[in-house]
Formats: sequence, structure tokens, C-alpha cells
Amino acid sequence: MAEQKGKKKDPKEWRLEIDAERCKGCGFCVEFCPKNTLEMSNEFNSKGYHPPKVAAPETCTYCDMCEMVCPEFAIYAVSETQKKETHFSDEYLRMDRMPHIWCPGCGIGTVVNCLTKALEEADIPRDKTQIVSGIGCSGRVAGYVNADSYHTTHGRAIPFATGLALAAPDQKVIVVSGDGDLTAIGGNHFFHAARRNANMTVICINNFIYGMTGGQVAPTTPESAIAITTPYGAFDKPFNLPFIADSCGAEFVARWTTYHVRHLQNAIKTALQKDGFSLVEAISPCPTLYGRRNKLGDGLDLMKFYKDKSVRMKKKEHTTADADISYQNEILVGNFVDRERPSLRKAMDESLKAKLGDKYVGWPVPG
Amino acid sequence: MKADPKRVLTGNHFMNGNHSATEGAIAAGCTFAAGYPITPSTEIVERIASRFPRVGGCFVQMEDEIAASICLQGGIWAGRKSMTVTSGPGFSLMMESIGLAAITEAPCVFINVQRCGPSTGLPTKVGQADMMQAKWGSHGDYEVIALAPSSPQDCFDFTIDCFNLAEQYRTPVFLMSDEMVGHMTEKVVIPSADEIELVERKYYSGSGPYLPYKAEANGIPLMSKAGLGHNYHITGLTHDERGYPVLTKEVQEEMMTRLMGKINKDADKLTRVEEHMMEDADIVLVSYGISFRMAYKAMEMAREKGLKVGLLRIITCWPFPETKVREIAKKVKSMIMVELNYGQLYLEMDRFANAHCKTGLVGSSCGEVHEPEEIFNAIQEITK
Repeated sequence: MAEQKGKKKDPKEWRLEIDAERCKGCGFCVEFCPKNTLEMSNEFNSKGYHPPKVAAPETCTYCDMCEMVCPEFAIYAVSETQKKETHFSDEYLRMDRMPHIWCPGCGIGTVVNCLTKALEEADIPRDKTQIVSGIGCSGRVAGYVNADSYHTTHGRAIPFATGLALAAPDQKVIVVSGDGDLTAIGGNHFFHAARRNANMTVICINNFIYGMTGGQVAPTTPESAIAITTPYGAFDKPFNLPFIADSCGAEFVARWTTYHVRHLQNAIKTALQKDGFSLVEAISPCPTLYGRRNKLGDGLDLMKFYKDKSVRMKKKEHTTADADISYQNEILVGNFVDRERPSLRKAMDESLKAKLGDKYVGWPVPG
Repeated sequence: MKADPKRVLTGNHFMNGNHSATEGAIAAGCTFAAGYPITPSTEIVERIASRFPRVGGCFVQMEDEIAASICLQGGIWAGRKSMTVTSGPGFSLMMESIGLAAITEAPCVFINVQRCGPSTGLPTKVGQADMMQAKWGSHGDYEVIALAPSSPQDCFDFTIDCFNLAEQYRTPVFLMSDEMVGHMTEKVVIPSADEIELVERKYYSGSGPYLPYKAEANGIPLMSKAGLGHNYHITGLTHDERGYPVLTKEVQEEMMTRLMGKINKDADKLTRVEEHMMEDADIVLVSYGISFRMAYKAMEMAREKGLKVGLLRIITCWPFPETKVREIAKKVKSMIMVELNYGQLYLEMDRFANAHCKTGLVGSSCGEVHEPEEIFNAIQEITK
């Protein structure tokens, strides 16, 4: 893609394209377009969804909001002169596996957009990119991103990534998985990887629920929310993930929602540029289970809630201890922690060097 | 390919089984290990921790056995021969990860220095009661290769064999050691590097897209590793030759046929046994691991008393030497398994032999090896 980074698009060179067949009618693009360029159309695609239409093309400033927020990669700016013909995520995707399995209004596709944009902006070459995931809807990201990818067992993406990063130190290892996978069954590994500052970026897509298995309670489900294994309302205090990652010693900790696409993209980019353990929590809608069971509406309603109820953290006022999430209350978002300390790989290497001197063969050695 | 002389401690050593296994792994070219302490295996990772930085290798102690058994698989896909080490309780924890290694066809080595169970059991005492678990421990169907050492020399030799078999068959391979063999100290002769044959991983180097599960003529696909630009997808879900999850009956049948067939078709080729005093034997003791040493003594006692007793030592426990056992059963009056459990490999021996001869078991699981007299008395009992 020859598009120049950071340069404002000249409207004369661009137009919006909508791939109606990819669309699932979630309405994110229409709602969040800052210029009201889009409207839902009355047409149906072959699956019965209403795609959007470009109602007022002259108002479009090509800000990329719709392209970023679309979880189906269905709306995108094209330009013959700038040689862009498809959604920017397409070149990162296994196109022979599209369409993906995520529901209409699910935010996982949006997180994928933020990840692919961040990879591009951080200049991480494809053959240095390793995607590791666990089990769950979010875990399916590994199957769709066209890089060396590993769909491992439930909760175990992080120890797999620890080994991969130590054994192939020239690779950028990215864990993409869900809140249940990473913090319930995977909790122990999460704590230790953060404690050791293991060499990985963890993107935790938090939809407050176990989606893939039908909507059971998760360690992140807000108190009183209905889930199918807490049908009378959750009664546990949920995890505050930024606080845990911070207290374990992670180098970089951020939380954004899938509404905050630019911030999320930038946070992921910053995380990718750290050497040690970085966590980006992406609050994302699960309309089918969390939204529906709690009568909170669809994906769009959940996204509007994120927009209305998110509060930007202020460095002088907030620490990660303030980032608790309670049911339908404010969500504190921001880049909470950004610090440096020796990563696992570095600490291991330096400690062995110091103790063994020239008896230390050094790492890595050829495999 | 020969071993790297810098990684081989050539010479005569007085070394325990666990330490010998470490030296075998190093000589085999293992450069990544993840572990967790558990008696009676811990000496292996302790020696790895001290030797790897000096010969080239990365060892990481993880937070539990589940982490260790998955971490090593990250090492595999980084292009390294990788291993972990454990005993009974840890072996149980690793089972899900073993299933992942089996279905993703990750060449790796698991060492189990067996102790007496079940559960916490007798942590410092010998057992051989994980033998069935090595084959059936993870859910679902899959085949494994497992070797049982009977001496520290075997620990060195068979660990190298395990790594070679793992690479050859693109599968997890188990060294089913035991506390007695692991902790006994004996002479271990480590040859020169050019006498050690290693099997190296075969990588795809074609120009078209890499298909991680497209089998070569021998039923085994070529490997890749992180960073070659193959953009492969590896999943524990049922997958087709592209590695993509395809959750249908047809793909499952095709995948399973190849997965199990790649080892089963070579079951006879993989069989390794030793036959002692078998030429005129009426009664055959069958054993492995430390129990083989006791059974050998019992065989000698029996021969002194004029009984025609032979001994079949099983080295490859899995695939179980079915053909060999059937063949022997047709020629003898009885076959008696000697093992430190209440009958595990006995069940395998029995189902192949009982149509042709009498079968028996000298089994116990009390944390101590059999006394040779015990076995000798049992021979007389069983063959009455």
C-alpha cells in the first residue's frame, strides 16, 4: 500500500467503497462518522443485512474512522493514484478464510484493525511477527492474521509465547486472546509473565464474558451482570486488569475500548515497541451474550456506552488502582503505565554474562 | 549428521541416570528446555541450568508443569530441539499440552522419571505406574513413542534416540525413566561426537506456499519455524493440510488416519527389545526399566535351579512390541511381566500372548524394587 503515512488525504484522489457482502449491518460506521457521511441503506445483502451507503460523499474527509472501526473490513477508502484498492487490514489477513466467525456488532474485528495499523506504523516486518492465541472468540484472531500464528490451548498462549520469544529472540511475539482465557485459566501465567517482564505484547480483548462457549461468567464480569452460569447476577468482584499487570511489573499497561480506535491503535504501537511485557486491554462488545442477556442492546448500543461512559485517566489523578469496572459505570481508559526495566531475555542474558564471563556461550545459538 | 564435539562430554564417567539424560540431551543438540522442579527428576533440569549456558542453550524454569510443557513447544516452533522433564504429578498436568504437541506434530521430548503414586504418593521412591498414561494420558486418540532406560548408560543413549525419533516422526517422544535408574550412579561411556548420529529437522524449502500438514511420501510433513516467512497457522483444532481448522468428519478422518498411521505403520521397525537366554526358554520374564535388572537376577537364579527361564527386555514400550510378543508366546509355555505397578504393560502383553501361552504378572507398587527372590518364587507359583 503506497499511501503516505500521516498525510491528510486529498478528497479529490479518494472515494469510499463499501463491500456490501462483507457487511453485517452493525452500524458502527454510520454512528461514528464525524461528518454524517454515511446512512444505513434499505438494501439487503445476500445474508439479509443492511449495508451502509455513502449518503453525502462530498462531506467525507477520509479520516479513516469508518475503516478503522468496521469489524468486517467492509468499508474503506480507495484511490487509484495512491494505489489503495482494499481495506488496509486485507493484506494482513488470510483472505481465503474470510468471512470470519465473529457476530454482527462484535468488536474483535475492530481490534484486528488496530493491531494491523499498529504493526504497519511500528514497521514490524511480517516475517518477524508471531501471533499466539488461546481459546475463545478472541483466540480466533491467530487464525485470521496472515503471519506465523499459533492457536494453542486454553489459557496457555502466554507460556507458549514466553518460550517462543526466548527461543527466537529476533521475533516480535504478540499474544491476542480473551479475558477468560488470559485471566481465569491463564491467570497464573499472566502474573508470572508480567512479573518476569517476559518479551511479549499481550492484547486482552475484554468483553466481560466467555463468548465462544455461550456466555458464562468471567473473572472480568461486572458484579450483578447476568451470565449463564450466574443467572441471578454475578456476585464476585471482577479483576482490574491494568492494576494486576501494573502491580506484577509490566512495562506498559493501557486500556481503551473499541470505540477509541485511534488510541487503541497507538497504544498497541507503543506496546509493540517495548521489549518486555506490555498489556493492552481492549474493552469490546459482545452483543450476542453479554449485551443480550443484560438487555443492553446490540453492539452499537454497547459502543455508544463506551463513548459516553469512558473517562480519560489523568496522570496526576489516577493510578491503575482506580481502574475497577463496575456494572454500567464509568470505564477508566488511558495509557496507565510506561516504564523500562530489564526484560526476561535481557535479565537472563546479563546475569549469565556477569557470572560466567567468557565461559558463557551467549544466546541465541543456532537451533 | 554427527553431534557437535563441543556438546559431547566424551569419556568414561561415573554418573547418575538423571545427569546422564542431561548429557544425552545436550549431545543430541537440544538448545531449549523448560522445566519445573519435581522429585525425582529435578537433577536433570538442575544440570541443564548449569550446563546450557556453557555449551549453548536456554533453560527457563516456569511457574508450573503446564507452563513448562507448553513453553517448550514455543521453543520447537522457534526451530529448536526442545524438552521438558517431570515425574508423575507433573506428567498428569502436562497431558493437555501433550495432546497439542501430538495434533500439531511438534517434535519434542518429555522425560518422566517415574515415582510411586498415585497422587503425591511416595515422592522419593521408585515406580513404573505411568506407563499406560504415556500412551493414553491425554484425551482423544493419538500415538506416541516411548523408551524405557534401565541404566544411566541407557539414559544417555536413549535420550539421544528420543530426540532423533521426535525429529524423524514429527511427534512427542517419551523417555519413561524411573527414580531408581535416575538416581543410580554407574559407569557411563560417552563416545566421541563423530560416533553419535543425529537426525536433523527437515524444513520446507519450496517456492510455493508452505502447507504445514501436507505429508511427504513417508506420511510425515516437513517443518517450518518462526521467521521463515511461511506465515503458517498451527492449531489444536482439527485441521487440513493448510493448517486451517476445518471441523468436518472428512478432515478429521483424514487427519487421524495420517497422524496415527505415521507411527503405527512403523511399529515393527520401531520395536526395540533385548532377548536374554531365550533359545531354549519355556518361561519368559518380560520387563523394562529398573525392573529388568531385578528380573535378570531372578532369571539367573532360576537357571541355576535348572529352570529354562529367559528374559525379554522391552526398550520401546510404545508402540508396544506386539509382533515380538505374539511370536514368543507361540513358542513358550508362559510369559510373566515384571513391573512396578499393578499391571500396565502386563495388559498389553497379556492380550497378545494369552491365546498362545499362560501369562502372569509380578507387580507391586510399594516404592521399592522387587527382590529377585520374589520374582523367582512367583515364577514357580505361576508355572505350577
